[in-house]
Amino acid sequence: MPRITVTVDGIQYEEEVEPRLLLVHFLRDRLGKTGTPIGCDTTNCGACTVMLDGKSVKSCSVLAVQADGCDVLTIEGLAGADGQWHPMQTAFHEEHALQCGFCTPGMIMSAIDLLAENPDPSEEAIREGLEGNLCRCTGYCNIVRAVRRGAQAMSGQSAAANQEVPAS
Amino acid sequence: MIPAAFDYVRPQTLEEAAMALAEAGEDAKVLAGGQSLLPLLRLRLSYPSSLVDVGRLSELHGVRDEGDHVFIGAATTHYDVVHSPVVQAECPLVAMATATVADPQVRHRGTFGGSLAHADPAGDLPAVAVALDCAFVARSASGGEREIPASEFFVDYLEPALRADEILVGVKVPKLGPGWGYHYEKFHRTAQSWAIVGVAAAVRRSNGSIEEARIGLTNMGPTPVRASAVEEALRGTPITVPVPGGGNGGPDPIRDACGEAAAGTSPPADLHAQPDYRRHLARVLTHRAVLSAARA
Ligand SMILES: Cc1cc2nc3c(=O)[nH]c(=O)nc-3n(C[C@H](O)[C@H](O)[C@H](O)COP(=O)(O)OP(=O)(O)OC[C@H]3O[C@@H](n4cnc5c(N)ncnc54)[C@H](O)[C@@H]3O)c2cc1C
Ligand code: FES
Ligand code: FES
Repeated sequence: MPRITVTVDGIQYEEEVEPRLLLVHFLRDRLGKTGTPIGCDTTNCGACTVMLDGKSVKSCSVLAVQADGCDVLTIEGLAGADGQWHPMQTAFHEEHALQCGFCTPGMIMSAIDLLAENPDPSEEAIREGLEGNLCRCTGYCNIVRAVRRGAQAMSGQSAAANQEVPAS
Repeated sequence: MIPAAFDYVRPQTLEEAAMALAEAGEDAKVLAGGQSLLPLLRLRLSYPSSLVDVGRLSELHGVRDEGDHVFIGAATTHYDVVHSPVVQAECPLVAMATATVADPQVRHRGTFGGSLAHADPAGDLPAVAVALDCAFVARSASGGEREIPASEFFVDYLEPALRADEILVGVKVPKLGPGWGYHYEKFHRTAQSWAIVGVAAAVRRSNGSIEEARIGLTNMGPTPVRASAVEEALRGTPITVPVPGGGNGGPDPIRDACGEAAAGTSPPADLHAQPDYRRHLARVLTHRAVLSAARA
């Protein structure tokens, strides 16, 4: 069986895997990282979205062997070491951007991917950026609002970080 | 679902990959981004004995300006194609169509060559490849390298002109030169879904008229279709400026020419549309695509 080395949420794992093992099953069943759910059989819903080397992917449609040597970030790795939520998590909470919560991990990962390219997206850009993620309950309005709010919080945070650079 | 078991190899060079594919036999498959293949495996619609992963081969990656054409490596992701300054400048129709493929996650993994080798007539890139007369570079352990013109590449539904032991290395996209305008018009029901019908249009303008047009149709038959009748009919057609509030009543030679768009096609019937509706869409969308390209 192939042996793979993958870093997940900052921790390096070395595992033997069957070639057919999907990355999402590796995360959930091998590593116990059940924060990433499986919502469909057709690569459509995006619930399983994680970052693979910094880019959003649907982990149900990547083989674990394809992630060999890569860096994976899941919803479980977003909070800070002190347990403090990522601003996008807080924004989803505050804007009531979830009901059942099944789509939420994927939505948040896609939103963070979107902001990496476009830190101040319009409503249209947010809707486009989340086109790979389906929500069956909330109806998207609050999700779009949450992403706007998360974007503002994150830009405020980076502005603050810039100000904190000590004068030499 | 969990895919059926298969062997997996990830060769380090193109040469090794070609050998691995030849050794693995008829039932082996090339794996690139996996965005078409893995969904098929998960639904157990495909049972390859082994997968030869070409996704990381450096020979298959990147975009190069090679003078009269642009070479796009087969394993270049949709994301990298859309963001390539060379593609944007030299073959904007490729960038436009690729930007409409699927969703961000799929574009991060799915590849240019994988989309074409999959030969799905509902895919957005095959129509672009036939419209631009691209050339496909394929390589095998026994036969070395050969070039396949786009007009011969799409044999049938999901059937490219690649032998089981051949790897698509990349695609040469001809530069059309100055004076051309481009547009990809895609009609679909939801944001991430496939085209019900799509139209790839390139139009060369001169003195207010259409001198030459190249038009490819998505999902109008088992293979992408070149709308030759429209291309013929458009030659010499004046590009009229729309009269504000003028409506659809007046003479419109471009629209008349696009009336030929469904000629010789055999569109499929499925959940989304019947053939007659697809023929209607082909005419309407070709008109839109040509107008946008002519005015681009
Ligand atoms: C939800 C979803 C929506 C989508 N929507 C669209 C859409 O709107 N428009 C669209 O065009 N596509 C769409 N796609 C398909 C997407 O574009 C895929 O990325 C693409 O079709 C396949 O590329 P890949 O690299 O993932 O190929 P893979 O899945 O790895 O392979 C696909 C096929 O091509 C063969 N192959 C791949 N690379 C090579 C090579 N170098 N040499 C020889 N054979 C090769 C494989 O053996 C396989 O048969 C969608 C996919 C999904 C999951
Ligand atoms: S579970 Fe991955 S896209 Fe639905
Ligand atoms: S909150 Fe239930 S699917 Fe989105």
